[in-house]
Amino acid sequence: MTAVSTAYPSPPRRRRINKDRLTAFLMILPSIILVGIFVYGFIGITVYTSTTDSNAVQQLSGIPANPIGMQNYNDLVNGQLNTRFRVDMVNTVFFTALFIAACLGTGIGLAILLDQSVKGENAFRTIFLFPMALSFIVTGVVWKWLFNPTSGLNALPAVIGLPPGQFRWFISEQTILTFYWQDVPVILGFIALAILSCVSLYYWAKRRSRTAAILTAFTMLVLIWLTFGDPRSLITLQRAEEHGFNLALIALVVAAGWQMSGYTMAMYLAGLRGIPEELREAARVDGATEWGVYRHVILPLLAPITLAAIIILGHISLKIFDLAYAMGGGDNLFIDMPGLNMYFLTFRGGQFAVGAAVAIVMLIMVAVVIVPYLASSMRTEKSL
Amino acid sequence: MSAASRGSRTSNRRVVSRVIIYTLLITMAIAFLIPVYMVLVTGLKTPDQVNLSTMWALPGSPSLESFSTAFTELAPNFGNSILLVVPATAISAILGSLNGYVLSKWSFRGANLIFTLMLFGMFIPYQAILIPLVRFLQSVDLFGSMWGLILVHVVYGLPITTLIFRNYYAEVPTELLEAGQMDGAGFFGLYWRILLPISAPGFVVVIIWQFTQIWNEFLFGVTLTSPGSQPITVALQNLAGSQIIQWNVQMAAAFLTALPTLIVYLLLGRYFIRGLLAGSIKG
Repeated sequence: MTAVSTAYPSPPRRRRINKDRLTAFLMILPSIILVGIFVYGFIGITVYTSTTDSNAVQQLSGIPANPIGMQNYNDLVNGQLNTRFRVDMVNTVFFTALFIAACLGTGIGLAILLDQSVKGENAFRTIFLFPMALSFIVTGVVWKWLFNPTSGLNALPAVIGLPPGQFRWFISEQTILTFYWQDVPVILGFIALAILSCVSLYYWAKRRSRTAAILTAFTMLVLIWLTFGDPRSLITLQRAEEHGFNLALIALVVAAGWQMSGYTMAMYLAGLRGIPEELREAARVDGATEWGVYRHVILPLLAPITLAAIIILGHISLKIFDLAYAMGGGDNLFIDMPGLNMYFLTFRGGQFAVGAAVAIVMLIMVAVVIVPYLASSMRTEKSL
Repeated sequence: MSAASRGSRTSNRRVVSRVIIYTLLITMAIAFLIPVYMVLVTGLKTPDQVNLSTMWALPGSPSLESFSTAFTELAPNFGNSILLVVPATAISAILGSLNGYVLSKWSFRGANLIFTLMLFGMFIPYQAILIPLVRFLQSVDLFGSMWGLILVHVVYGLPITTLIFRNYYAEVPTELLEAGQMDGAGFFGLYWRILLPISAPGFVVVIIWQFTQIWNEFLFGVTLTSPGSQPITVALQNLAGSQIIQWNVQMAAAFLTALPTLIVYLLLGRYFIRGLLAGSIKG
């Protein structure tokens, strides 16, 4: 408490300010404690629960739950009975990828269109953004009606004389890009290989050879593991279990994209408005076409916004619950998600420990996306 | 090529690009409004007018019957949501304002880390805290009650309300507070006399944000309530999930559920967007 500003030299006033500092800390303390318990304490308890065999029967009969280590997690990956969880994980990956792509594409497209000093910009913006004000449950209920396979959206082509659509939307049972669950380590290995080699090539090109050498070494290790290791043996599930991209997820992407692409547009629009007009002028003076100005000046400047949007959209889709609930109610595995699975395991099935394990997997997926984002924004604030 | 013809060519190109821009924008706007059209058209039909082959057609004779049915159905839950949203929004806004004041003007060692740790709380999937939360609420006898749900929304609303106010107060020049300190104002005096009078826009952003979030929330609503305390989103889902309720009533119910947040959005959209962006872009 020695670092009080020199602007207040007189001792009584300094004491006053020290007292105020204490008051300030005491005012925020309850919030810190609440978040500490309700977020971190409860996460800790959930982690613990996930390592036990806690369930409704055990709880009702008053027997304490037994610690069983990582058994629940192992069962989720390899257990005969946990197919639903594995379907959910695959669904989440495809849904997240498509949802982010749809929102980014629509969002930046709309933002660029609205950036052309159009008349009625406010009205357009209001229309593109209003779904954000709705509940995912409302969205789910309304789109379920629109996705009715014998009418709804499928009837629209008939308006201009085309044959009606045949796609069955969220009740479609088609699956493409199929693979076996046992292939997952190999697939992940190849993805890691592709990313690592691209990044190391990038660093070689940048002539940062030390980083590049380390990355190349990792690339080699993955390559050796893929060739000589036995990645498929990581999965101990005996039955060959087929997974893939369920086309029914497209319905979910359309509904979620309808709701969230306006948000992405608003982010991009805020970014576009932050780019000084002089910069565009300068590029035009240098002879750039309107498209060239976007391609070479504006889009590169929007890269941080794209990253932020990917993180925000990604964490929403990884934990999506309400929309899938409203459209499938947990009965339709083709659009099932981990959040739904956790809910049904815990609150309908009474399998608290397994539900907790699913929840922790969800938390880890979200944390992987969010923690670096928070850490980097904390660091940049410190340097200010 | 003469200057005149070059000029007319660029102006032609300008016209063409304008036409393309407006065509795209209007097409997208229509696409975004399709669900609204469908909700209104279906909601205004009587049950015997609702059938798949005439789904897109306007109602022969518009009737408000489905809306009144839906309203009777949802009224108790509509009331629950109001009873939930008003106190939860008010309390979390006040706490957020105090926290934001402390973090922006009375920062202490480690405040940045604590703030970041708090922020993480608004991104987590709430499934990861749900099981201990249920047990905690049961143990303090708040499970299934409105107050339990209010408490939960206040606590998990703290990160975002603190974030918005912290960034809002960071814009207030410190000299203003120093002048107040010279006049002998303490922690509360400065807040009450200097910050609070200029906090209205911050409160509007936070109140709109929290109102919308809590009104639209579903996971806590479905897991922490008893049938008597279910918020409107849960009632809508129950109504839409049952096979016997007809589409016209479902659409009317969806409309009624969406109405409060939609009105707020249409009236105060500017502030809504500010809250929206506060959650994604810092500083």
